[in-house]
Amino acid sequence: MENRSQWGTRLGFLLAAVGSAIGLGNIWRFPATAFENGGGAFFIPYLFALLTAGIPLLIMEYTIGHKYRSSSPRSFSKISKGMEWIGWWQVLISFVISTYYPIIIAWAMMYAYFSLGTKWGDDPTAFFTGDFLNLADPGTFGSIVPNVMIPLLVVWVLVLFILGRGVKKGIEIANRIFIPTLFIVFLIIVIRAVTLPGAMEGLDAFFKPDWNKIADGSVWVAAYGQIFFSLSIAFAIMITYSSYLPKKSDITNNAFITGFANSSFELLAGIGVFAVLGFMAVQSGTGVAEVVEGGVGLAFMVFPEIISQMPAASFFGFLFFASLFLAGLSSMVSISETYIAGVQEKFSISRGKAVLFGGGLSLIASLFYATQGGLNLLDTVDYFINNYGVALAGLFEVVAIAWFARSLQDLQSHADAVSDIKLGIWWRICLGIITPIVLGYMMLQNLKTDLTRPYGDYPFEFLFTYGWLVAIGVMFIGTLFTLKKWPTKDNQA
Amino acid sequence: MSASAIVMAIVGAVIIWGGLIASIVRAKIAAK
Repeated sequence: MENRSQWGTRLGFLLAAVGSAIGLGNIWRFPATAFENGGGAFFIPYLFALLTAGIPLLIMEYTIGHKYRSSSPRSFSKISKGMEWIGWWQVLISFVISTYYPIIIAWAMMYAYFSLGTKWGDDPTAFFTGDFLNLADPGTFGSIVPNVMIPLLVVWVLVLFILGRGVKKGIEIANRIFIPTLFIVFLIIVIRAVTLPGAMEGLDAFFKPDWNKIADGSVWVAAYGQIFFSLSIAFAIMITYSSYLPKKSDITNNAFITGFANSSFELLAGIGVFAVLGFMAVQSGTGVAEVVEGGVGLAFMVFPEIISQMPAASFFGFLFFASLFLAGLSSMVSISETYIAGVQEKFSISRGKAVLFGGGLSLIASLFYATQGGLNLLDTVDYFINNYGVALAGLFEVVAIAWFARSLQDLQSHADAVSDIKLGIWWRICLGIITPIVLGYMMLQNLKTDLTRPYGDYPFEFLFTYGWLVAIGVMFIGTLFTLKKWPTKDNQA
Repeated sequence: MSASAIVMAIVGAVIIWGGLIASIVRAKIAAK
């Protein structure tokens, strides 16, 4: 009799999968990427990437998890013994991401509090890097910053509590609360944003198409990169989540819903962010292009400045950072679930022990990011683990399955047997040809850039140790896990 | 907003949000 944990409902699975995909990148990466790559014209390569790589990869990962009903490493080992290390590699990538992701959630939590009375004052940039983070020079760590460590521990307690309660009572219930709340909160922000003076100038900058950009190969790479990094693909999450689906589950339609829901939120985020940037541009008498920024700078430096100028600043500031907190927390839970499921199955231990062991190790590692040098460390590890971890693991995954194991036809048969929408040859072409070519080209482009110019102008030793070594190291450490045999009887997650 | 920006906003919204709604509707029909 099957005793593996299962989602209580289809909606529960979808909310968890969408909650994993919708993360900080949707809010702070997509709007700036779209603007820099042709504005409205970016939608063409973006939609093309969604339909030829994003959704096909989601279908593939959902099918693997559903068919083999195991954690990512064990699922890969069931496809082919020699592929187990790819699963561990992806699990370890998730582990590394889980060491710095809660830091950003902790910042968002503190900033939700700072919003009440706009405590960042007249110079939000100086407040963020100075008063709040007490930032040290690159390459130095300095001491622990209590402002960051205390909320970090609170975030960890929340994450471990949700994970400890299990799939149905923990992850599913949390996402049933987080995702509808996130959507409502963000919708309030967007409605307010588009009614601000200058919002139309911002939206014009966001949507106005620059058709010349379509012919630029780097725009297409940016579109595939956005889709790839945004959908929680290739870091074991979707395989793990779909392994908890009941046997009768519509895999293909679930993938379409997840893919389009993620893009729908990205579009909403783009509208909200650019309406607010338009407001800021009008207030400061500059063009929208001069105020556009992405990433940490957008959320913790530009937005506080804008919020201070808005009517009801405290209220909207709180809503904005609360939405970052919710988007981050739901993704963090999914990232951590990958190694909890893997460790539980491999070492045949209880879920509670796996949560304490895996989460505890990640918690200890996350303290390094709560130091004065934490922001530089986070920036470096994040860049390298995404570009040379996630992207490379995705390339290996798709090549191994399509070209070496030749499992696409088998996976297609499984997906078709349980799904309403039947897959055709288009799915195998997307995964066997288009995705490997685009990911391979992306890797070469990134390598060319990073070998000619050090990322972020950080010192070489710093980039080597915390960038290259971490990203490449997880691949080799992943192979060590394969040395231990799987227990004969499944310890079900 | 310029006319071209309005057109792209509508096209983007229809395809992305329409895609989501169509997927949900199809799932509902298939589940019956």
